[in-house]
Amino acid sequence: MMDWLPAAQDFRGCLRLALEPSSNRLEKLAALAQHKLGFLETIQLDRALGPVGAESPQGFSSGRVAILASATVDHLVPAIRVSGLRRRLLLDVHVGPYGQYRQQLLEAESLLHQLRPQIVVLSLTAREAIVAVPLTATSAEADAAIGRSIDELRMLWRKARETFHATVIQQTFLNIAEPLFGSYDRLVAGAPAQLIAHLNEQLSLAAAEDGVLLLDIARASERDGLDAWFDVTRWLQAKMEIAPRAAPVYGDLLARVIAAQRGLSKKCLVLDLDNTLWGGVIGDDGPEGIILGEGTGTGEAHLALQRYAKQLRERGVILAVCSKNDPAVAEAVFRDHPEMLLRRADIAAFVANWEDKSANLRRIAEQLNIGIESLVFVDDNPAERARVRQSLPMVAVPELPADAAQYVRCLADAGYFESVFFTADDSRRGEQYSANASREVFLESSQSMDDFLRGLDMSVIFGPFQTVDLARIAQLIGKTNQFNPTTRRHSLEDVARFVASDRCLPLQFRLVDRFGDNGLVSAMILRPDPQAPDLIEIDTWVMSCRVFGRQLEWEAMNIAVETACRMGVRRFRADYIPTSKNGVVRDLYSALGFTLAQEPALQDGAKRWFLQLSDYVPHSTHIARRSE
Amino acid sequence: MTDQDIVNGLTRILRDLLSDDSIVLRMETKRDEVANWDSFAYVSFIVAVEIEFGVKFGVAEVESFPNVGAIARRISAILLPR
Repeated sequence: MMDWLPAAQDFRGCLRLALEPSSNRLEKLAALAQHKLGFLETIQLDRALGPVGAESPQGFSSGRVAILASATVDHLVPAIRVSGLRRRLLLDVHVGPYGQYRQQLLEAESLLHQLRPQIVVLSLTAREAIVAVPLTATSAEADAAIGRSIDELRMLWRKARETFHATVIQQTFLNIAEPLFGSYDRLVAGAPAQLIAHLNEQLSLAAAEDGVLLLDIARASERDGLDAWFDVTRWLQAKMEIAPRAAPVYGDLLARVIAAQRGLSKKCLVLDLDNTLWGGVIGDDGPEGIILGEGTGTGEAHLALQRYAKQLRERGVILAVCSKNDPAVAEAVFRDHPEMLLRRADIAAFVANWEDKSANLRRIAEQLNIGIESLVFVDDNPAERARVRQSLPMVAVPELPADAAQYVRCLADAGYFESVFFTADDSRRGEQYSANASREVFLESSQSMDDFLRGLDMSVIFGPFQTVDLARIAQLIGKTNQFNPTTRRHSLEDVARFVASDRCLPLQFRLVDRFGDNGLVSAMILRPDPQAPDLIEIDTWVMSCRVFGRQLEWEAMNIAVETACRMGVRRFRADYIPTSKNGVVRDLYSALGFTLAQEPALQDGAKRWFLQLSDYVPHSTHIARRSE
Repeated sequence: MTDQDIVNGLTRILRDLLSDDSIVLRMETKRDEVANWDSFAYVSFIVAVEIEFGVKFGVAEVESFPNVGAIARRISAILLPR
């Protein structure tokens, strides 16, 4: 398990170095967390990390997690924290008293209420849900019993959200029931294994309906084998349903979901070519000599990686190529080779040259206008991988096995692209990035920036949040790190609440131009100040990096000011809270004509800006308007 | 591997687990003689030992090891036939 991570060289030595007084402890521990760690090493690293405070140091973010469980889960805490650290996420993890998950949520005096968790994880065994169902239960009776368990869970989910505004993560049920009838179990509604399977199905439906996230350990146990996840001795000895050996994987799976919810998942898959996307070296072997496609196992293995990459693209992952090759030769394979599944148009950034790969990865991130930490770099060559890890530690580089047959599995196991949403916009993202390439070409042929923007024939389609777009809006708010002055994350339910409130002004913007629909690329949430009826605060304003530099921020502000004026608002207030990623909007409000507040300084270098709407001079842009 | 080699291995595991390099286990050491070696740490210790030595103890064994020597002898007995 965890084979995508490179082995640690001299773990003890590195740990000792990290703990020396003068060293940058946190950075060194975070670097160590990038390695494959065993059960004991995980505990040691966690102890070295120590308690995390409410303040997160530069380059790290923090989160308070409460685990409510019906079995012992204390042994999972070190792995959860180490997996968080792997993502520069410092997690304060609390475990509720054994078996008291209901009381913790329902009683106002409970420890949980003092903790105010941002994330509540429900880690339950299936035993309670199925114990009362008789073996002779009819299908309808089994349904009803499972329905009651699910209803109770939904009540707990609701409670966690209402009380703490917490993100709820529900663990799927480990199916540890032994066969009773054998294969016939699946045909008996009341058979324990069948009940648990059914429970998981109903759980997924309820979670989808309620917008609750799942931690799918049932699936993981199918992947690794139940014996890897459940050790009956540990259950009998200490009521641990999840085997301590599985703790490192459990921690990583949970940290993925938390990171995805925070917008920290990877966004772009960068692929090497020779011996990665195909077998052989195109420069030496030529198009006829490379091994790709049906007919040979090796050729199909490389094709399988292409197919997986293509599927990832369909769900919104950006694809790029980074290869030491002659660019014309490399591109010709995409254009002319009959067995190629990936086409040139699937690749949003294509870099083939003889330069250092780290420099090229930087170039790819710049070209796509995404953070370099959102890249995953897949390369069969261990030396290239080591070099990239050395110079760009923020880029994820899976430890690809030597056997090409295992490439897809390795990439999939690493879970870099964990997601908490899937919207129609995601499936179009690949095309949108490719359309951006056409825009680049058009920009190069334009006389000036102004000429380019005029020639794009842009229009903005705007209006209040539309119900069909809520998931996309919540995703944009959850994932946007750059154009995000406040980096306030709002869940889908929060967003729905803003829409329902007649005092809020939520605005969405879609940008269309001659090269296509860029999709829903910006959202703004304006909230009134209860103390000052004429004042409205820009609580959240996010914009996709795909449309930076198109004057959309100007036109969006023109629209916001006009709309607010019509509501009788006279002033805007807007905070800029700096993070390591949102430097692009540091001067946004000053550029838009806001003035810096003279009041006492806010925390963490945050700045507060005001705009007197009567003083606002609308910006002239090349964007036409269409309302929704 | 002698029983003493195994005890040395157990010492190293417990030192790592409890971050305490002053620990020295002997054949006759009992759990309550070592600071912080509580029942939770004991479960973690057994897991680490099973992983490190590639052995698996039975439920009755883990509940009844009287001292470190008993653990070492059991490991030795499991490993011997190999």
